[in-house]
Amino acid sequence: MKESRRGAEFTVVVLFLIAIVCAIGFIFVYAFFSPERMPNELLGISLGLCLIFIACALAVVGKRLVPNDELEDDYPEEHPQKQAEVVEQLHSAGSLITRKRLLLGAGSAAGCALGAAALTPVLSLGPFWDTAPLDRTPWKRGVRLVDESGDPLAADNILKETFYTAFPEGADPEEIGSPIVVLHLNATDLRMPRDRSGWTPRGIVAYSKICTHAGCAVALFRKPTFPTVERREALVCPCHYSTFDPFTGGSVLYGPAGRPLPQLPLEIDSDGHLRAAGNFSARVGPSWWNVREQPT
Amino acid sequence: MSPPEKHPDPSDPFADPVRFIDERTAAAPLLRKTLGYLFPDHWSFLLGEVALYAFIVLIATGTYLALFFDPSTAKTVYHGSYSPLDGQTMSAAYKSVVNISLDYKAGLLIRQTHHWAADVFVASIVMHLMRVFFTGAFRKPRELTWIVGLMLLFTAFLEGYLGYSLVDDLLSGMGLAIGYGVGLSIPVIGGPLMLGIFGAPFPGNHDFWSRMFIMHVFVLPAALATMIGVHLALVMARHHTQFKESDRQTNKRIVGLPLFPAQTFRSLALMLFVVGILFLLGGLVQINPIWQWGPYEPWLGTNGAQPDWYLGWLIGALRLMPSFDVTIGHYTLIPNPFWGGALFPLFVLGVLMAFPWVERWLTRDNAIHNLADRPRDRPFRTAFGMSFLTFVFLVFSFGAADRLYVLFGLSYSAQLTLFRIAVFVVPVIVFVITHRICRELQIAESLDRTHEKVAELNVQIHEMQTDKANSG
Repeated sequence: MKESRRGAEFTVVVLFLIAIVCAIGFIFVYAFFSPERMPNELLGISLGLCLIFIACALAVVGKRLVPNDELEDDYPEEHPQKQAEVVEQLHSAGSLITRKRLLLGAGSAAGCALGAAALTPVLSLGPFWDTAPLDRTPWKRGVRLVDESGDPLAADNILKETFYTAFPEGADPEEIGSPIVVLHLNATDLRMPRDRSGWTPRGIVAYSKICTHAGCAVALFRKPTFPTVERREALVCPCHYSTFDPFTGGSVLYGPAGRPLPQLPLEIDSDGHLRAAGNFSARVGPSWWNVREQPT
Repeated sequence: MSPPEKHPDPSDPFADPVRFIDERTAAAPLLRKTLGYLFPDHWSFLLGEVALYAFIVLIATGTYLALFFDPSTAKTVYHGSYSPLDGQTMSAAYKSVVNISLDYKAGLLIRQTHHWAADVFVASIVMHLMRVFFTGAFRKPRELTWIVGLMLLFTAFLEGYLGYSLVDDLLSGMGLAIGYGVGLSIPVIGGPLMLGIFGAPFPGNHDFWSRMFIMHVFVLPAALATMIGVHLALVMARHHTQFKESDRQTNKRIVGLPLFPAQTFRSLALMLFVVGILFLLGGLVQINPIWQWGPYEPWLGTNGAQPDWYLGWLIGALRLMPSFDVTIGHYTLIPNPFWGGALFPLFVLGVLMAFPWVERWLTRDNAIHNLADRPRDRPFRTAFGMSFLTFVFLVFSFGAADRLYVLFGLSYSAQLTLFRIAVFVVPVIVFVITHRICRELQIAESLDRTHEKVAELNVQIHEMQTDKANSG
């Protein structure tokens, strides 16, 4: 027995020594390599192994070198006597008061009032009641379409079977109402809602790039490589695969989105550049209480 | 006559420090009780400890990262050591994380270890939760421990989500957009609520990053630490449950190793082992190489994006939901993301929170339970737990349907149909099978016991007969 304990003690010392070597290795790697050549693997191995060797040493101590007898103890019991004393003490507060209800009511009211006052500054966080910003888009009749570097989009340069992202000229591209998808489709294939005639000059269509489901960018263009499987192009959101039909005014073809992708009416100006002919067909972004069909 | 009082030997090196503490805090009785606190010796009781140690790693590595991280959306142009991003406009937040990863010595190690620790933290809480559920350790008198534990888990989800959202890389932005969409979908108040939190419509104003930062590095960690403290205090107040392994363990007597010395060394060893594994992962296994994703802009998205594992069940639920918005006139009462993104997790939380009380009501069992059940001994609870777990796991799996398509070529739409049926059918099958297995195991055991009894009796009869023969 004593022999085996000696052996365990020796093992513990050896494990600690190896851990020391690992720790020094970590310091050495850190000091020796420049940031761009730093081998992250060696850092992880040296520090990780240092910790694991100390862990092993402590495990040997815990299992072999300290008393390991299982002991017994009582589970705690209830204290009915103390409970009664607590109840009594709680009652003692009201023993002198005659109109408990009134005091309690007034106190609670004061507490609520203080709470309301203390919470009021929270209103500065954002325009809670003024939800108009949620409906805002920079698009209106005459705004030119520009690409990511700010150059205007010419109608002649919009190729078929290609996916373009465009923004309103001079506006903040990060605004959720800004980015749109522009596609050039076969004008004869378009089946737009009746009230949107003239929105798609030469078959060029534009939709909000923000998915109406959860607000991701509709960043995928399903271009049919195998016409027998999927006949026509579609716009797909990579987050939850809501799929919108650019031929029918952005209606939902597939996936969880609950309403169509808002469409932007287009026109071509005398220079041949694409311009918005108005605002979107519906409010952009994920649905919420006040998303109506037509923006006001 | 009372026994003579013991005094520490003044020459003992521990005597002075112990006396110093007791004289100033009167804590000797508490200290004695704490050091003698008993830990039942079973491997499955260590899962919660793993979570605690991962949390310690998170605090340590997170503090280090905060020394370099810049929580700002101010636009800057990158001219750092990673040439593919050279000249890119990006937020100061994203730039500082790219720099932590590639320009600061050991920055990548600490950042990856932090991320791994978050994944392991949540994973070990979930494993611990399953252990507690299937052994009935949530029962009276430990319901409060169970409730605090669940709150801890759901706070951890939010904390992890904010952590990877802060980075402002492409994936984190997509995650934030979805969070915003789910927030907007809360009936009626969603819009105003999100305007308050984000300060402006998505992607929010510059205050929003300060808000996420203080939540991630102070408010939620402080909340987690408090809940961990309360959780542990509650555990200690009622002691651990224990399995009935011999006649020594009873509902009134606990058997285990004392906190000091036996358990101290084991726990320290486990702690260093967990920390060591996390640093090995941080060094050897790449996680979220954000410099490859590029900065986020609201008009950018990518296919094949997956959140950290513990949010997979939410993306799965969002994807499984059929497409509809519930509308009243011109108003949208319940936008679609509400079902999967908000109601589903609340439903799971509600079921788990209510379970101790529901089980008590169903079984009319109001007794104090200090002995842990073996899962087979409670067929109904075990079967229900397995079937509920299967339900959540199937929803979780569908979150990876696009990856399953890439791996196995199963078409996404076929999977969608399959999973919509499976999430309701498979849990029922799992319930029946689990219930059956538990019963069979019980029967097998009672048969074993009967066989032993019979064998014993046979030996006795044989002895009696030989006695009789000898005497006759």
